[in-house]
Amino acid sequence: MKEYDLVVVGGGSAGLAASIAAYEDGVKSILLLEKEKFLGGILLQCIHNGFGLHEFNEQLAGPEYAQRFVDKFMSYGIEYKVDTMVLGINEDKSIIYSNKEDGYSIVKAKAIIMSTGCSERTRGAIAIPGSRPSGILTAGLAQRYLNIDGYLVGKRVFILGSGDIGLIMARRMTLEGAKVLGVAELMPYSNGLNRNIVQCLHDFDIPLYLSHTVSNIIGKDHLEKIVVSKVDDKMNFIEGSEMEFEVDTLLLSVGLLPSNVLLEDMGMEMSSTRGPKVNEMMETCKEGIFACGNSLHVHDLVDFVTKEGREAGKGASRYLKGLVTRNEECLECVAGDGISYVIPQYVHVSNVDDNVEFKFRVRSPMENKKIVIKINDQVIKSVVKLHLLPAEMETVVVKKGEFTSNNGKLVIEVEER
Amino acid sequence: MYDVIVIGAGVIGGCVARELARYKAKVLVLDKENDVGNVTSMANSAIVHSGYDPKPGTNKAKYNVLGNKMYDLLTKELDVEFKRIGSLTCATNEEELEIIKSFVSRANDNGVEVKILNQEETRKIEPFVSDSVVGSLYAPSAGIINPFELCVGLFENALDNGVELLLNEEVVSIERLTNRFVVRTKDKEFETRVVVNAAGLYSDKIAKMVGIDYFNITPRKGEYFVLDHFEKPFVSHVIFPVPSEKGKGILVTPTTHNNYLLGPSSEFVEDKSDLSTDKPTLDNVRVNASKLVKNIPFNYIIRQFSGLRATGSTHDFIIDERDGFITLGGIESPGLASAPAIGKEAVRLVNSVLHLETNPYFNPFRRKVIRLKKMSIEERNDLIKQDPSFGHIVCRCEGVSEGEVVDCIRRNAGARTIKGVKKRCRPGFGKCQGGFCEPLIMEILARELNLDPLNVRYDSVKSYILQSETKEGDK
Repeated sequence: MKEYDLVVVGGGSAGLAASIAAYEDGVKSILLLEKEKFLGGILLQCIHNGFGLHEFNEQLAGPEYAQRFVDKFMSYGIEYKVDTMVLGINEDKSIIYSNKEDGYSIVKAKAIIMSTGCSERTRGAIAIPGSRPSGILTAGLAQRYLNIDGYLVGKRVFILGSGDIGLIMARRMTLEGAKVLGVAELMPYSNGLNRNIVQCLHDFDIPLYLSHTVSNIIGKDHLEKIVVSKVDDKMNFIEGSEMEFEVDTLLLSVGLLPSNVLLEDMGMEMSSTRGPKVNEMMETCKEGIFACGNSLHVHDLVDFVTKEGREAGKGASRYLKGLVTRNEECLECVAGDGISYVIPQYVHVSNVDDNVEFKFRVRSPMENKKIVIKINDQVIKSVVKLHLLPAEMETVVVKKGEFTSNNGKLVIEVEER
Repeated sequence: MYDVIVIGAGVIGGCVARELARYKAKVLVLDKENDVGNVTSMANSAIVHSGYDPKPGTNKAKYNVLGNKMYDLLTKELDVEFKRIGSLTCATNEEELEIIKSFVSRANDNGVEVKILNQEETRKIEPFVSDSVVGSLYAPSAGIINPFELCVGLFENALDNGVELLLNEEVVSIERLTNRFVVRTKDKEFETRVVVNAAGLYSDKIAKMVGIDYFNITPRKGEYFVLDHFEKPFVSHVIFPVPSEKGKGILVTPTTHNNYLLGPSSEFVEDKSDLSTDKPTLDNVRVNASKLVKNIPFNYIIRQFSGLRATGSTHDFIIDERDGFITLGGIESPGLASAPAIGKEAVRLVNSVLHLETNPYFNPFRRKVIRLKKMSIEERNDLIKQDPSFGHIVCRCEGVSEGEVVDCIRRNAGARTIKGVKKRCRPGFGKCQGGFCEPLIMEILARELNLDPLNVRYDSVKSYILQSETKEGDK
């Protein structure tokens, strides 16, 4: 059985950054496994620009951003396999994969980084009522058909959900000659980035219906018509608010879910993000298995995925070099009032190098608030935020010296100013 | 001239066709759909009922019990997934407990083995029943089956043995002549000596074409939730509530692929093509399923669907022969369990007219289905060595290889659509519902069937996926 120091599962932005960071930190025995034909992940179908503002201080298209990392990865000569599906991970960190060349094979790893990305919530996941014709698909699938394969899925389009992919596809379909009749969002606020609302909807006069959802689907073979209804604060359809749209396509942009089948199969418990719980170096509850990117939690910007991949790569390298100081003492980090999740969920203060960057999201849009970090009910840090949106990932950095305790509970919450 | 034309390629038509293949006969199956087993046979609870509850003496009781017993051999010959996991009809109060006790004598009359389990015994074999369950009726012969695979297997085997199949041919008229019939579709006509009407929801309409009008079929809709497979243990039996006038009630069951089904509801509808789902009905499914089973992981819901039962106005299966026209109507639950026995009976009726000779070349075995997930590492690698496409996994959720997809297309009664592939080897059944694998399946279908991707269909001939090329002008 072949053995590597590090096996990285998933060759998208997170996996590439993790491999590169581990390599630069001295780990030379690395294998990256990717299920698609090419390295680069989902960015390869994101041909719009806006990527890289934080990483490169310039706006790149998705494939361009990915290529910069692929080039670096290739220049290091890191080993990789494409068209390769990982099918299972065993307790001893052996990894089962399959491809045409090697068949059904097993490799052994001393450390593993999981960067398996996320998948789109489907019609089934949100139970849209009505009939079941073709013509209803996730925005990402339509994006792939359009940008990779060169096909348009329809000419009269409605979009459910104001997630970023939906907004991007509203513009993209319009530019390809389709008529986008509107975007409906269940929540009273958008779930996409503000810049995408402006550039993809406003600039093209595409209406956004907040607190609305699709209440019926009509069509025998292919989609013919949808009914959009307003919802009350309990998300029930309001009778009499129905609007009908004759469309041939309904795109769904109703949220992304981290893909962690491999970890779930190992019996790993998932957090509220549907990703594994991790510590300060992105290590899961299983020693030597790390997680990063959208399989840990869904990110708003790829630049932050890259950054997190790097953290996981460095963490794995530290682990492989035996530099991790482990003891019983550990802070459990939890989401308090107004916060939906916090990453990392555990911090071993003794193992913190310099600082910990906490990542979290707020539950609803807020203005002019304080983000407060408490350890065992004692405030250790507070930061003023003028605008807080659930669509945007927030961060607060806590320096090693600011941790007032090695164990107990760290809470991040929103407070009035 | 055909000896027999079977109208309808559902599970009943499939059982009839395969049974007819045992004889020297020229047999044609016609269906209006774009695949076999595409209506009621596709959307149901996927259960082979034990047969304890139909009223003794009815066709339902007779064929359910007979059919259930035929499943071990049938599924072995056709290599179809089937497990006798047993059913538990659960009583949630003393009154219901008395009702299930009263079913014991009915079960005895029907010749079905059952046992009353007290609360403790029920919990012991099924820890997930809700706390309010005070006892249950255990029927060990109840089983779960992959109904898509059953239909595909029946037709593949029938076609392997010489039966003909034409899809997308809706019968529009039947003319009765002396000792023969002319069956017409939109632009074809066929002559046959015997007609078998296995048209499910439309069996009344087909019967009326030859003047048989003593029954009507009213569609009775059942809506379901499908849960994804997950690692944690969950129910391992078919869990029923106490049956009522309206049917067997909302059940919770595992499927042969470790998914779980919750449902079905039961509402009469007017439109025989209405497969829509609605929120109030599904909310009610949640509530009722939760009465039977505790801690249902609703966050694992990946799909909703509805199916239409072909409920007949006689309230029993209609099985009769009139001058060469054989009616198999009103085959609602327990139709799936009864299908093999109904198929046999239909062929007995055919023989009462035609006196067919046995086909000495009939091979009851279907070529084994390739299921990578069930193979050892050595077996997989042997296969991959012969054909590397079995190493290329195209569906992450269900672990399906390109080779398996190709195989399900290249068989008799093979897949022609995205949904056809999904029904046969599962890509699209998992959490992503085809989000990742659909383009890959489309590519394989286009290549294998020599189609332009624009002409690959999801299901029916009108259910297109891609509308146009973006760079048409470049060509």
